Amino acid sequence: MWPNKFEYTRAGSVDEALGAISDEGKFLAGGHSLLPVMKLRLDAPEQLVDIGGIDSLRGISANGELSIGATTTHAEIAASADVQAMCAGLASACGQVGDQAVRNFGTIGGNIAHADPASDPPTVLVACGATVHIQGAGGARSVGAEDFFVDLFETALDDGELITSVSLPNCSDCQCAYVKFPHPASRYAIVGVAVCLKMDGDTCASADVAVGGATVKAVKCAGAEAALAGSTLDDAALSAAAEAVKADIGDWLAGDIAYPEAYRQQMAGVFLKRAVAAATG
Amino acid sequence: MSTRIFGSGIKRREDPRLITGEARYTDDIKLPGVLHMAVVRSPYAHANIVSIDSSAAEAMDGVVAVYTGEDLDLAGLPTAWLIPDSDLKTPEHPALAKGKVRYVGDGVAMVLADDRYRAQDAADAVVVEYEELPAVIDPEAAAQAGAPLIHDDVEGNIAFTWAPFDKEASDEAFAKADVVVSERILQQRLLPTAMEPRAAMAQFNAATQELTLWCTSQNPHIHRFIISAVTGLNENRVRVIAPEVGGGFGSKIPCYPDEALVSWAAMKLGVPVKWTETRSENYLITIHGRDHVQHVEMAASKDGKLLGVRATVYAGMGGYLSTAAPGIPTILHGLLYVGPYTIDSVYCKSIGVMTNGTPTDAYRGAGRPEATFLLERMVDNVAREIGMDPAELRRRNLIPAFEDGYDVAAGLTYDSGDYPAAFEKALDMAGYDDFRQAQADARSRGRYLGIGVTAYTEMCGLGPSQVAGAVGFQGGLWESATVRVTPTGKVQALIGASPHGQGSETTLAQIISEELGFPVEDIEVVHGDTTETPMGWGTYGSRTTPVTGAALAHASRKLKDKARVLAAHLMEANVDDIEYADGSFSVKGSPDQAQSIQDVALMAHLAWNMPEGMDPGFEESQFYDPPNFVYPFGTHIAIVEVDAETGEIELQRYIAVDDCGPQINPEIVAGQIHGGVVQGVAQALCEGVIYDDNGQLLTGTMQDYCMPKADMFPNFELGETVTPSPHHPIGVKGVGETGTIASTPTVYNAVLDALAPLGVDQIDMPLTSAKVWGAIQAARS
Ligand SMILES: Cc1cc2nc3c(=O)[nH]c(=O)nc-3n(C[C@H](O)[C@H](O)[C@H](O)COP(=O)(O)OP(=O)(O)OC[C@H]3O[C@@H](n4cnc5c(N)ncnc54)[C@H](O)[C@@H]3O)c2cc1C
Repeated sequence: MWPNKFEYTRAGSVDEALGAISDEGKFLAGGHSLLPVMKLRLDAPEQLVDIGGIDSLRGISANGELSIGATTTHAEIAASADVQAMCAGLASACGQVGDQAVRNFGTIGGNIAHADPASDPPTVLVACGATVHIQGAGGARSVGAEDFFVDLFETALDDGELITSVSLPNCSDCQCAYVKFPHPASRYAIVGVAVCLKMDGDTCASADVAVGGATVKAVKCAGAEAALAGSTLDDAALSAAAEAVKADIGDWLAGDIAYPEAYRQQMAGVFLKRAVAAATG
Repeated sequence: MSTRIFGSGIKRREDPRLITGEARYTDDIKLPGVLHMAVVRSPYAHANIVSIDSSAAEAMDGVVAVYTGEDLDLAGLPTAWLIPDSDLKTPEHPALAKGKVRYVGDGVAMVLADDRYRAQDAADAVVVEYEELPAVIDPEAAAQAGAPLIHDDVEGNIAFTWAPFDKEASDEAFAKADVVVSERILQQRLLPTAMEPRAAMAQFNAATQELTLWCTSQNPHIHRFIISAVTGLNENRVRVIAPEVGGGFGSKIPCYPDEALVSWAAMKLGVPVKWTETRSENYLITIHGRDHVQHVEMAASKDGKLLGVRATVYAGMGGYLSTAAPGIPTILHGLLYVGPYTIDSVYCKSIGVMTNGTPTDAYRGAGRPEATFLLERMVDNVAREIGMDPAELRRRNLIPAFEDGYDVAAGLTYDSGDYPAAFEKALDMAGYDDFRQAQADARSRGRYLGIGVTAYTEMCGLGPSQVAGAVGFQGGLWESATVRVTPTGKVQALIGASPHGQGSETTLAQIISEELGFPVEDIEVVHGDTTETPMGWGTYGSRTTPVTGAALAHASRKLKDKARVLAAHLMEANVDDIEYADGSFSVKGSPDQAQSIQDVALMAHLAWNMPEGMDPGFEESQFYDPPNFVYPFGTHIAIVEVDAETGEIELQRYIAVDDCGPQINPEIVAGQIHGGVVQGVAQALCEGVIYDDNGQLLTGTMQDYCMPKADMFPNFELGETVTPSPHHPIGVKGVGETGTIASTPTVYNAVLDALAPLGVDQIDMPLTSAKVWGAIQAARS
């Protein structure tokens, strides 16, 4: 509850933020992941550069693809008609983050930079093939979501780099859902499953599937995708996909003492079926 | 006053200040020049302290002093419930560890600085070298030969063994029974989690030798008593103030090291010293509840007569014996083993075991939930064993209605009860028979519904002081109160008890209004300051309404008697001709002549015209020692559905029929039941402390320790019956703990009922989805 001493700077622009950040510094967005760990003295950055006041980092635009500024809050994303139309799964995931207060403060950029394995938005970003746009002192670069998430609390971000936005392909012709099994204590995901289906009549033309919560990072699930694609999403296909998804995440499992890895792995199968039902229902 | 205030659900007068944030808690009180205390706490559950180097910390900006256990001249913290005939050992509990630490969070050094952040920085800079020792957390394991020894003077880690019942008689009853069922039950550790963490601030006036301690206390007079004992100050030089206290659930009964440390430091340094617990500290160092390993058996006949109950209980005490700890798994536990049933044979052997966990002590219900759970669990086990419906088995064994005293095999005399009435009412509300049909239909469709029924009674309103003495409680259990009426007819009621969220300021005012006729808005209840209030033993054990309420009723009646005589004198009438109604005295036959209670109060203060022999003033005090406990009772029913795919449990309905005698304020009664049920259900479904093998607390934040949340619960369906206590002046019984006592087994049994067709017959609490799912898989394979 009593963080170590730190300097605080409020940046007015991306350039100012990149100029201000020091080796021992961190960006501060909604503060809903960073401040708790500082209060517990599990982290002690000497400097915080507050990016919450940078207008260019905030907001949602929909020009062919969906572009979401890094400091856009979970609540704004969940409520956005554009997001609901172009990636319903992301709107749903952001709407299931924490509680209303957390959604009003927490940002998509902070969420993915923090890379908590039990977070909700990353699972949809990985399933839907999002791109993370990054700016650093040396310039700008873009990284696919699957490559962005490296491991537990580990991303492709280098020190001093700032996420400016994430973009997603227009998925308005997909059936897309995110289903979450919340941890009863924290309400983070014990397991979260995102599916994005392109249907051709009754047949599933293609499927994108990712799992989070049960894993150290959001994992794209090729086996489950293959089991669903080309099927009519009948019971046999769903059971095969549920089995496949357990194998897909086998190398990446995470758990805690109350909800161990093996249980979460099984639940990924159950919730995959529920996610397909939610997407097509 | 046309509507009667007693029995009406008026709004809690406490709430405006609480919900607008205007209430003043200990941490809100600012004193100039205050120093902040941070405590260096052991990261190990069990270790020798090799060395402490505080030089770097002392050199830091703003740091005034760093002290270790060797620097303190404070007596150890006392254990105040000394169970007789139990071979009790009370190991020393120094305010800062000396030589050895015994749980994670045990205080090792204290830092005093001019600012809380700097105090914490300096605490982090104190270098302590430890030699780690093997730790033991499980109380049954800690009692086995070869377990790490936690206190040299507590052989085998066994602090006490309490077994007051006749073992041979119990063995005979069991030998004769057709059926004996048994189970090993884990009553997991729980974190009380009051909304306000603990806090303490002390100020010492060297000139007057007076110490003022503001602290989060459920019993400021007991804190005064203990602080006086550990500091050596005369008790009349210690003033303890419990300002607004944000919940306790038992966790603010004990006197902890921290209160002693701020007092000592304030005396030593001559400046005020303050400490406010962080939530992380709260989970590490404030007492935990429960922590029993129970080996339980029940004997019954084939046709459903319950014959005996017996248990061996290993009760985890943690690293030290907290203030009331020995009384919880003994007196408050074993004496309740027959509950509302006609069971003739009882045996309990309760072994208090030192472990390397946080000290345990009273947590809402304190011993009685642990008893009610094992009893209700075993009743369901018997029902399953003999193939009888569990509700029917209970019905056949309930004690019939009684109005004034019923002796049970566990040695208690219950005051009054009509258990069958509450039981049948609850079954009616639930539609029990229809449910059984719906359940069968659901099962045929692969859905798993379950119902749990708990009939309970419990002992509260603690309690006759003579009994307290006989069972080793180092205090009385009476309460005292003063009803003081000002010349303008406004009432101040001063009470020794110390409510902290229960709404007692409202209910106690309703009692006085009922007795004396003052409008309830004109009555203030003053509590929480040892200098302002008369002696009292505190708010716990559902005792404030029954015990303080009785003291207030009696004091009010004394005032009314005085008022009647004075009114007669003023109206020049015979006392026998005075009639009283709604705060007004009149003369029989001439209703136009009247004296209001306010008129009489004024005339008593003016004393211009008093009857001969009557003293002036309008104030009365009363000490009240209850002749017996009060025994609220009732029946709770839960209906759940288990998702066999995930193990998730949905609580679909919760029915609670409680009888606490006449309800002074039904809204407040409902609030107590709601809160109690939520806490008890949480024990069944989600709450539970987890330590690793080294004694590290893995559930150290609310990210891991599952507090109940509103969306886990349906709307509660409450019912009541009203059976007054025969020995109480207004017939009331306590209702602060009943919800917690009844609800845990209710929901647990409902879940196990749902799982019965899957072959699952036991799961340790809490019933997390992972455990339920695991049990289903295990039963299937
Ligand atoms: C009670 C509670 C419940 C929660 N429940 C959930 C939940 O159910 N699901 C879920 O997904 N999340 C949950 N969260 C986390 C929430 O989503 C956070 O908002 C999010 O993880 C972090 O976003 P933030 O804006 O608060 O980031 P901050 O806390 O400000 O920052 C987090 C980290 O990201 C870095 N950072 C922030 N912005 C940028 C940027 N633009 N570029 C580079 N680095 C950056 C910071 O330096 C820091 O290291 C919960 C949080 C709380 C407090």
